Amino acid sequence: MKIAEALEIFSQTDPGMVRSHNEDSVACEPACGLAVLADGMGGYNAGEVASGIAVSVVATEVSHRLLNASPVDISENGGEELGVSLLRDNIQKANASIFHAAQSQPQYAGMGTTIVSALFYDNRVAVGHVGDSRMYRLRGELLETITHDHSLLQEQLDSGMISLEDARMSKNKNLVTRAVGIDARVDSEIHVHDVLVGDIYLLCSDGLNDMVEDDDIQATLFALQNNLPLAASQLIQMANDNGGRDNISVILVKVKAKFAVPRGWMAKLFNWFER
Amino acid sequence: MAAKLILSMDGGIIKEYPLNKERITIGRKAHNDIVIDNLAVSGEHAAVVTILNDSFLDDLDSTNGVEVNGKPTKKHFLQNNDVIEIGKYKLKYITDQITQTTPEDFERTMVLRAPIRKEVPAPAGSKPAEPQGGMKVQAGGRPAHDELADKTGQFEARPSGMSGHTPSQTDHGLQAVSASGAVPAGAPKQVAVVQVLTGPNAGKELELVKNLTTLGKPGLQVAVLTRRPHGYFITHVEGENFPLVNGRALGNQAHQLNEHDVIELAGIKMEFYFKG
Repeated sequence: MKIAEALEIFSQTDPGMVRSHNEDSVACEPACGLAVLADGMGGYNAGEVASGIAVSVVATEVSHRLLNASPVDISENGGEELGVSLLRDNIQKANASIFHAAQSQPQYAGMGTTIVSALFYDNRVAVGHVGDSRMYRLRGELLETITHDHSLLQEQLDSGMISLEDARMSKNKNLVTRAVGIDARVDSEIHVHDVLVGDIYLLCSDGLNDMVEDDDIQATLFALQNNLPLAASQLIQMANDNGGRDNISVILVKVKAKFAVPRGWMAKLFNWFER
Repeated sequence: MAAKLILSMDGGIIKEYPLNKERITIGRKAHNDIVIDNLAVSGEHAAVVTILNDSFLDDLDSTNGVEVNGKPTKKHFLQNNDVIEIGKYKLKYITDQITQTTPEDFERTMVLRAPIRKEVPAPAGSKPAEPQGGMKVQAGGRPAHDELADKTGQFEARPSGMSGHTPSQTDHGLQAVSASGAVPAGAPKQVAVVQVLTGPNAGKELELVKNLTTLGKPGLQVAVLTRRPHGYFITHVEGENFPLVNGRALGNQAHQLNEHDVIELAGIKMEFYFKG
């Protein structure tokens, strides 16, 4: 089945209750199964600029390239799948654009952004991220964090220095250890996961997961999985009801059917009959 | 102001120590940052490690141990007003950085330029390590209200696995309301209830103790009842027919419920009211 028909994608972003402007950016390209979300940082409107550049570079470049290429093609350099290298290369490209803008324009000095991007193809999803914007997966009743924050707090959790319970009370929630656009190069983390029909994926900025407990996110996704717009607005509403101290962005992706890429002439023939 | 420790014994303050270094040691020997010259105190007894705004207490395998707020501990994430006890001595931890209660505390995201620990880049396309340990969330156990659903097969009332707000979250030495752990101020204190008026389950009550409760039958008609700081709301989730409230069909918008509103959903009438 075509990717656009196999997935239902819905995104929503909200400035929250405290901030005057929204420094988050989101983009979805249903035709190629791509979702991108970024949470910018920097003075004045620099945060919006940084997240806007990151999202538009990744969304337009990846979708443009996939017009006449398949994500399962093996890329020329390094032998990895195009789906994976497209995310890595374009996060790098976004990094360069933001870095150069920040270098050349004083009002943008020091701007940067987190990013989380998901490219669905061939019954899998490639997830590339930098910073503390997250992707969650609801499979059955189980909510799991698919990404691993690049943050001081996560490093403390990993090293066993702080317990998950204590982490909620940490005053260091706002420190990321990696970001797009602050150095000449960025080290993005990319993994590929298998996808099952019925899975719900949530990409979000920390304005959601800092304000809403994972249990509440789980309950919302599980109860409202047949109505993604309502699930998205319910998540944002809960973050705002709890204080809404940061911008809140969510992208929900529901897997409605399998979306294998046909391989070999038999598969192609079969696919032809299916049409 | 940086956080500090106030050393006292028998109620008399001895000295204040600012936590201005990443690691401050406490012990009997002279090379410690906080020297307590008492035989009950080990040579190197404990250390306080401070990372930006967070401080952690470590017992350095002392002979007589360390207590925090009366409980023996090996390792502790210090919170404002915690009292560390070493023998007869007390060290009170004071910080003016209050856990994210005001907008100013919610600092804008910043980047730490030099990663504390360089991570080895994972090979592309590989499976990552396990998803974050402990982050798995399992839906809470199905409450007994499920009976409503399963007996008739026609009607389902299912409080979802929403985290109930337990009082224990607030008596954790944290006076302030944490980001999302506690009941928001002004939350309705009475228990809201939906009582089934018609059908085989007539008379049954469903207490709305969760933030989110779904009503109805998946695939046919489902509505969700949400608890918010200023009241309870009903919203249509799925199905061709919209729920009726006092005989009037809802739109796509959330509708606030008032005392004794009658909800009609999938042919079943229910009354909403507050109990107690």
